[in-house]
Amino acid sequence: MMDKEFKREIMMDHYTHPRNKREVNDENYLKKHNASDSCIDDITVYMLFDGDVVKDVAFDGVGCTICTASTDIIADLIKDKTIEEAKEILRNYYAMVDEEEYDEDILEEANAFDTLSKQANRIKCGTIGIHAMSDIIKQYEER
Amino acid sequence: MFNVEKIRNDFPMIKNAGCIYFDNSATSFKPQCVIDRVSEYYTNENCNIHRGDYDLSVKVSKEYDDTRKTIKKFINCRDKNEIVFTHGATSSLNTVAYGYGLSHLSKGDVILTSQVEHASNILPWFRVSDLTEAEIRYIPFDEDAKFNLEKYEECFKDRKVKIVSLTYVSNVMGYKYPMKDIVRIAHKYGALVNCDGAQAVPHMKVDVEDLDVDFLSFSSHKMCGPAGIGVLYAKYKLLQDMDPVWLGGGSNARFKSDKELILKESPDKFESGSPCIEGVLGLDVAARYLMDIGMENIEAYESELSEYLVHRLSELKNVHIYNRNTDTAIVSFNVDGIFAQDTACYLNANKFALRSGNHCAKLLIDLIGTNESVRASLYFYNTKEEIDRFVECLKDITLEKCIEAAI
Repeated sequence: MMDKEFKREIMMDHYTHPRNKREVNDENYLKKHNASDSCIDDITVYMLFDGDVVKDVAFDGVGCTICTASTDIIADLIKDKTIEEAKEILRNYYAMVDEEEYDEDILEEANAFDTLSKQANRIKCGTIGIHAMSDIIKQYEER
Repeated sequence: MFNVEKIRNDFPMIKNAGCIYFDNSATSFKPQCVIDRVSEYYTNENCNIHRGDYDLSVKVSKEYDDTRKTIKKFINCRDKNEIVFTHGATSSLNTVAYGYGLSHLSKGDVILTSQVEHASNILPWFRVSDLTEAEIRYIPFDEDAKFNLEKYEECFKDRKVKIVSLTYVSNVMGYKYPMKDIVRIAHKYGALVNCDGAQAVPHMKVDVEDLDVDFLSFSSHKMCGPAGIGVLYAKYKLLQDMDPVWLGGGSNARFKSDKELILKESPDKFESGSPCIEGVLGLDVAARYLMDIGMENIEAYESELSEYLVHRLSELKNVHIYNRNTDTAIVSFNVDGIFAQDTACYLNANKFALRSGNHCAKLLIDLIGTNESVRASLYFYNTKEEIDRFVECLKDITLEKCIEAAI
């Protein structure tokens, strides 16, 4: 388990300086808009694929701390991975949030959210970007 | 004499909640006497009403019906039969929209409402508008969502407004709208007024005879009573002229196989099905409890709390208040640079219960320029000392602490 101090640093860092937050106007990217009905979160996620590789992930819009940090961290994690690897990361993230068995090593910085499951009203914030990524992968696979 | 310490002893949740509760616009705590009344029904009085030919049912039926007398006194209407029990304010408001609106509105008519309304007082009218082709029009408000009677009266000039559907108190801005003048002007142009009293009735004396309002809706659970029960008040001639939304047992006098149906008189025709009996009995005790304290005393004390809360919050440079001149103990705010839900999460970690979001008033965004805020809503059992602790806690808020609260 990460200590609380370290988790907070990771989240502050990704919230105040998100690496993947930018608007994308490139038709080669697939995109998905996702908004919360209870929080301010209202973001669009963009993904670029090359064969079976996730080449790029970006997002823009408005998000609270949990939404922005979780989306940015997972975007980092699945970038340059194969689709199968990306799906495995997302699956483990969902498992962590659902309090099921998951592989800590594969989630790296996303372990910062390992107690999100205890904050029922923030689970939506911490999964809104991740749902969008899952949807885009599905979109790509079903093309 | 208003004795808040004595009052606090009546509410077990004040000791048991484990937090300072500032979410009273969502629902209120219940005093022990209300809890006991509900429990008494299930312990010693469990039976159905209006259906049993035995002493117990006759006794409880009378207690249920006598609650109309209590509510009659509580809102000062002329006749106890003007009180319909519903599932809550939402159900009351839907009853007006579908029971009156659908049969009395048509193309060319206008439903006049506002952008501060709760979803429950706007969405049913959207549907009525779709079904009848009546137009929905919004009253132009002043800046900060304040009411302007001149602008309001302008809305009637083409004589198309048939019904005004408006909240008495905004659940986000805490403003009390001038209902007596609103009704007077509407009646001058032949329109009726449907008043959403959900945030008003629990906090101040609402006198329907004085207001001359045509319909009034409110919930029991926001006024110290049980959940799942509410009231629709309407002038009796209007109730007689309305259709019940639900049909079933209890509301009909007789029906035949050729579809002939004769409904009972109001209010029975609106109360199909076995009702929430314990809810009505609990509401009776809640209304008496509030009347014993005195609605004027409650309003005066809450006004003191409200002034104090705004005054103390104003000391914090990083807090932006959206309704500094609130008329009630509802204050909406944000902390600079921190999203509403992050603030509420921090407050929760420090044992303060508040709500963040748009508070079901999604059209308000256009008026106040923010779509999310944190809302503190106090009731007569809250104290200045709780406000002090709340302000001290907000003084220390940082983004780091908000994040820490979520992990």
